[in-house]
Order: sequence, then structure tokens, then C-alpha cells
Amino acid sequence: MIRIRGLRKRLGAKQVLDGVDLDVPTGETVVVLGRSGTGKSVLLKHIIGLMTPDEGSIEVDEKEIVGASEHDLNEVRKRFGMLFQGAALFDSMTVGDNVGLSLREHLRLEEAEIRRRVAERLDWVGLPGVEGMKPASLSGGMRKRVGLARAVAMDPQYILYDEPTTGLDPILAASISELIRSLQRRLGVTSIVVTHDMAAAFKVADRMAMLDGGRIVYSGTPDEVRNTGDPMLRQFIEGSSEGPVHAV
Amino acid sequence: MHEDFALRGARYVRRRVFDWVAGVGRVTILLRDIARFLAPGLRSFGLVVRQMDAIGVGSLWLVVVVSVFTGAVAAVQAAYQFSTVVPLKYIGSVILRSVIIELGPVLTALIVGGRVGSSIAAELGTMKVTEQIDALRAMAINPVRYLVVPRVAAALVMMPVLTIFANAIAVFGGFVVSITSIGVSPHTYVTSLKDFFYLKDLVSGLLKSVIFGGIIGTMGCFHGFQTEGGAEGVGVATTHAVVSACVLVLISDYVLANVLFRFIFAS
Repeated sequence: MIRIRGLRKRLGAKQVLDGVDLDVPTGETVVVLGRSGTGKSVLLKHIIGLMTPDEGSIEVDEKEIVGASEHDLNEVRKRFGMLFQGAALFDSMTVGDNVGLSLREHLRLEEAEIRRRVAERLDWVGLPGVEGMKPASLSGGMRKRVGLARAVAMDPQYILYDEPTTGLDPILAASISELIRSLQRRLGVTSIVVTHDMAAAFKVADRMAMLDGGRIVYSGTPDEVRNTGDPMLRQFIEGSSEGPVHAV
Repeated sequence: MHEDFALRGARYVRRRVFDWVAGVGRVTILLRDIARFLAPGLRSFGLVVRQMDAIGVGSLWLVVVVSVFTGAVAAVQAAYQFSTVVPLKYIGSVILRSVIIELGPVLTALIVGGRVGSSIAAELGTMKVTEQIDALRAMAINPVRYLVVPRVAAALVMMPVLTIFANAIAVFGGFVVSITSIGVSPHTYVTSLKDFFYLKDLVSGLLKSVIFGGIIGTMGCFHGFQTEGGAEGVGVATTHAVVSACVLVLISDYVLANVLFRFIFAS
């Protein structure tokens, strides 16, 4: 379980996170919704220790990670997989080396076993046989899939998804959402998905939370969100320019 | 009006001084991390070898071309300056000593600083702005161990190797010009080389090249890691890497010249 309390972070003049409280129960998928620039990605980077908060607490399985040493953070990180917004594949490596990197770095496995696992993970994401390709020759959707294969390479307990469907056409976005769902069923992982794609959010969420003004302003099940009377959330779900939130 | 201008000027100077001090602090932290992760970083021997290939083999042809002309120019200049003052039979020794003490290490460092410093900063800068370095950290892989140590170690090893090549080729370039257009016989040139070759000259030049390699590798990595923004940020980081490496090479050359020739090899 991930438990976040009173998380605050200021970047320059902007208070990006202003007291975030969020619980992510074991085995569930929590989708964090919010407009662009509300700090969703910043929140994810705090959870995996890539950023340090000004204040607040983040517990992963009851172990505090704020203020933990780099060594302790790395032990926590080994239990996480993360899909970055732009996939963040290593350009200088092949797809196979990207997916197999953490296996080679952290596990003492035979090369044949690493290759088997890499092939298996690529098969899971629907890209069998692309081990030898370079990231530059992949389409946006393929890059996300390879990023996902890399994120699940170490059989993580937790997966963080940063805008997994952004920049993809609706069909590809739907296939990525289905992929996320199938990986959750296959691995039984706890997931946090950051997105503003409502179709994807409803497809993968067990719970949904809305981040606005640096705080979680709403939390509920997908059904509760669908039927909410909250005017801001309704405006967000319907993608309307009319409502309490004004497009800048 | 004048007070306002002066105040803004003072604030600008103060900010630049603070930025500079902060930069020195960040470089110091990077050096500490390089020392800390040196042993585990070197265990990834394949990564070091790949960087040695990129830095050393990749720079070789450029070093060859520059060194040939360095030796050739040194021969022409020496002949012109000797004129009636010094016999031309000493031309080989002048070229040899100026090349192995100064021209070989420094020019090689400036060439490699431009080529390799920019390439390291651009690669790591692009990795930074595309979240690849965050991805490494998220995978519990320390970026200093995985990215910086192999590059700095490869630069430390390959700079003296390139300098040895540069020295040999420059002396050869001087030989060709001396015998073809200055009128010195091959035997005279070679005898002059042998008579005035001192091992301490070669050792001091190679010691300098090791330090220059460390500077080039560290500056490339440091500015790559400091990259902010997108393509413009990568461009700025690349420029800073090359400029800082070249300036530091020249400053350290002066310091090392004093240390080596006034204290260590004074006799």
C-alpha cells in the first residue's frame, strides 16, 4: 500500500503540490486525474523518489521513503516499474537491451534466461520479435508498449503510469488501456495511472482521484465519478469549456 | 536613474557570482560521486570499452590530421626563428621537445575537448530532457555509476594514448617538412631527436594529458546533467561543456607546467 500525507512541493514561484493526501490500496489501480500542469507527473516522481518534497510523507508498505538514503530508495525502486510519458527508452540501446537492462543490472541470471524473459515481456505487450530494433525506428504506440515491457521486466509490485495514452490515436490509446488492464490481472500489481484521458481512466481505474490546486479535491470509484454532481469534475469528464474551470 | 542602473548591475554581478559558486559546488559533488562509484562503475567493463572506442578510436583521425600539420608548422617556424642564430641541426630536438611537452598534450586536449566534450554533453543532455536519466534512477541504476564513470574513465585512459599518437605523428610531420623543404638530412634530424630526448619530458606531457582527459570527461558529463529545457538547453549545455573544458585545460596546463617543471622535474 502507498500512503501519501500532506505532500508539498514548490517549483520556482509555483506551489505545485499543496498538501496532497492519497491512499493506494494493495492490488488496486488508482487513476489520478487533473488538468495539464497540475502536478500529476510531479506527484508520481515523488512516489518513486525522483523528487524530494518540501514537506509531507510517502509510505510504501509502511516504510517511509521521504528522507530515505539513496541505497534504501533503490531497494524500494526495485519493486516499482514506471512508464514515462515519452516512454524514455534509451536511444543508444536496442529494444531488447532496454527491456533487459534492469534484469542484467540487478539479477544474477544467465544470458539465455534474460533473453527469454525479454521475449516474454515483449510478447505480453504484443510486440514479439522486436528485440533487435532501435527505439528511433518505433512508432509512438510501439515505444509506449516497449516502455511498458521494460516497466514490468522485474515483475514489480507497483507500476506507475505517466500519461500512458497521451499522443496516441483513440484505437492505440484503447489498446494501451487494455494492455494495462491485462498486465494488472496477470501480475496482480498495485498501480497509479496519471492521465487526463477520461476514456482510458474509466477503463483501467478501481478508484479515481482528482488533483487540482495542488490537492486531491475528489476521490471515488469510477461509478461515483460518472454520477458525481461536482461541477468541476463534471466539466472535466465531459471535456467542456463551460464551467467553473476556465481554459487559460 | 544612475542608482537604479548601478543597483541592477550589482544584482547581476551578485547573481553571476552565486551561480558560479553554486556551479563549483555541483562539480565538487559530481567529483565526489565519481570517486564513490569508480570501483562499481569500472566493473561494467563493456561500457568503459565502448566509451574508449568512441573517445579514442573515434578521435584518432582528427588527431592524426591536426598532429601532422602541427609538426609541419613547428618545423617551418623553427627554421624561420633559427635563421642565422641556431644551427638547423637542432631542429629535430626543438620540434620533439615542444611537441611532447606542450603541443601534443594541449592541442590533442583541445581537439578532443571540442569533439568528445560536446558529444558527451549533447548525449547526456538529450537523455536528461527526454527523462532517460530519470528512467535509469527509477530502475535503481545510479546515473553517475552507469553513465559518468565509464566516460570519465575512458577519457582518462584514452587521452594519453591519443597524445602518444599525436606526439609521434607531429614529430614525423616535422621530419617530412625538415627534409623536403628546409634541407635537413634525415640522419641529422634523427640524431637531433636522440640527443635531446628526455624521458621526463614525455612523462610530464602524458601526466598532463591524463588530467586533461579527466577535465574533458567531467565537464561533458557535468554540463549534460545540468541540461534544462529542450533542444535549446542541449545546445547551451554543449557549448558550456566545450568552453569550460578548453578554458580549464589551458588553466591547468599553466598550473601543471609550474608544478612539473619547477618542482617535480626541476633538476
